[in-house]
Amino acid sequence: MKCFFVLVRRDLSLALRQGSDAAMALMFFVIVVTLFPLAVGPEPGVLERISSGIVWVAALLAAMLSLDRMFQTDYDDGSLELMLLTPVPLEVLVLAKCLAHWLTTGLPMLLIAPLLGVFMNMQTEAFPVLLASMALGTPVLSLLGGVGAALVLGARRAGTLVALLVLPLTIPLLIFGVSAVEAAVTGQSAKAQLLILGAMLMACLPLAPWATAAALRQAAG
Amino acid sequence: MNWFHWLANPARFMRFAARLQPWIMALGLLTGAAGFYFALFASPADYQQGETVRIMYVHVPSAWMAMFIYVVMAAAAGSFLIWKHPLADVAAQAAAPVGAGFTLMALITGSLWGQPMWGTWWVWDARLTSVLILFFLYLGYIALVNAFDDPERGSKAGAILLLVGVVNIPIIKFSVDWWNTLHQPASVARMDGPSIDPSMLLPLLLMAAAFKLYFLYLLIVRMRGELMARRIRLLHLSDVS
Amino acid sequence: MGGYATYVWSSYGVVVVMLAVMLISSVIGGRTRDRELTALEERVGPRRQRRQQNDPEDTRHDA
Repeated sequence: MKCFFVLVRRDLSLALRQGSDAAMALMFFVIVVTLFPLAVGPEPGVLERISSGIVWVAALLAAMLSLDRMFQTDYDDGSLELMLLTPVPLEVLVLAKCLAHWLTTGLPMLLIAPLLGVFMNMQTEAFPVLLASMALGTPVLSLLGGVGAALVLGARRAGTLVALLVLPLTIPLLIFGVSAVEAAVTGQSAKAQLLILGAMLMACLPLAPWATAAALRQAAG
Repeated sequence: MNWFHWLANPARFMRFAARLQPWIMALGLLTGAAGFYFALFASPADYQQGETVRIMYVHVPSAWMAMFIYVVMAAAAGSFLIWKHPLADVAAQAAAPVGAGFTLMALITGSLWGQPMWGTWWVWDARLTSVLILFFLYLGYIALVNAFDDPERGSKAGAILLLVGVVNIPIIKFSVDWWNTLHQPASVARMDGPSIDPSMLLPLLLMAAAFKLYFLYLLIVRMRGELMARRIRLLHLSDVS
Repeated sequence: MGGYATYVWSSYGVVVVMLAVMLISSVIGGRTRDRELTALEERVGPRRQRRQQNDPEDTRHDA
């Protein structure tokens, strides 16, 4: 357990010191969303209609940007081999890496999402549901992204490849994330969608680190 | 399990497969010819869907194959990771483009059926979307396997991806039961027996058998090619050193 | 075909064409590799010792 927090703190301090990666993902998120009113026109009705989808798609794309770095630096400088040698199960360490990734990309996006919602004329009643759906969905993104990031270690054009592998797997997330917000906008209960998102998180929490650890072992060994 | 290990030797397996191949071809041609005849001429038109129901006889078997091949590949990936059988990896890599082809066939024939029946080429419902994801999974697997300089790394990474992607299979299978969609529910593989008329079931099953045999035949051809490619790579390496 | 002939025939056409393309390209790919392998084995020939115990001819039966 101690190892877990040590690793999270290390990754966080590394991210804070370098700063650029997480900040760039966040900037990308904001910029992608701001492009849409320019592209589809500024009519409030149109924007309101598509706001939840755009925020979700932009979040997916922004998360993809930072994914290939998740294990790459550890792989390059040999820390990954040290992690394999520790008595702590690799799955736990992977979970720590995913948590650190979520804290540096998912959480900032979550916090800035309401502001983007305002930009997009989203109804205020939908904000809590948007936040809830992203709070459940972005950790799944980090967990699934970890699998992809571990699989492409050492591959050519790893950055593009990881997006190609992970994005199809995130489609269910997108569907339920968006439909939760849609339900809230139209005044229905979003409980069912949020429960399904929660179920996805619960399923990914043990399974994704297991697959990631398997991929890391074969990448290092 | 003895024969399983006995066949794990590539040379022995290919000898065995070569002996099987003419039989598979003969049987496949026979069921295929009968299937096409029954599907196009000797089966009735549906009372609701008219003649377009004939598209079902190629659409449904393609969709079955799309899922079946993925499951075969995932099983091969599992046995490659657990028992390290190199042949399992050869089989998975040989099957991938065929699986992608059948998925594409299912999507194309589906939209050719959807246009006259639903009035649209494509709807974003759960079944169609998850089959599209399946198509992307096939392409992602092929891209990942070929993205490494060391083919061994590609094989292992691909195998893990295949196992991760297995979650999509139950989603496809049950999507039409879980969500209300335009797509019609399953009518053959049901607990209370098929709800489809025997005159339509016959061509469907014939086509499905023909597709399976075609896949088996193609798998043998492609596995032989893949084994030769590996040997070429090996000889090149030993040539250089 | 009750007015739907275009749809029915084109879907059967797509299926037949795709099945044929997959089969032909696989067979041609196999042939090319077979030739390449034969040429390579003749060139590297003397260095090959494993041949007796693990006959590579077996992997190259052509139906």
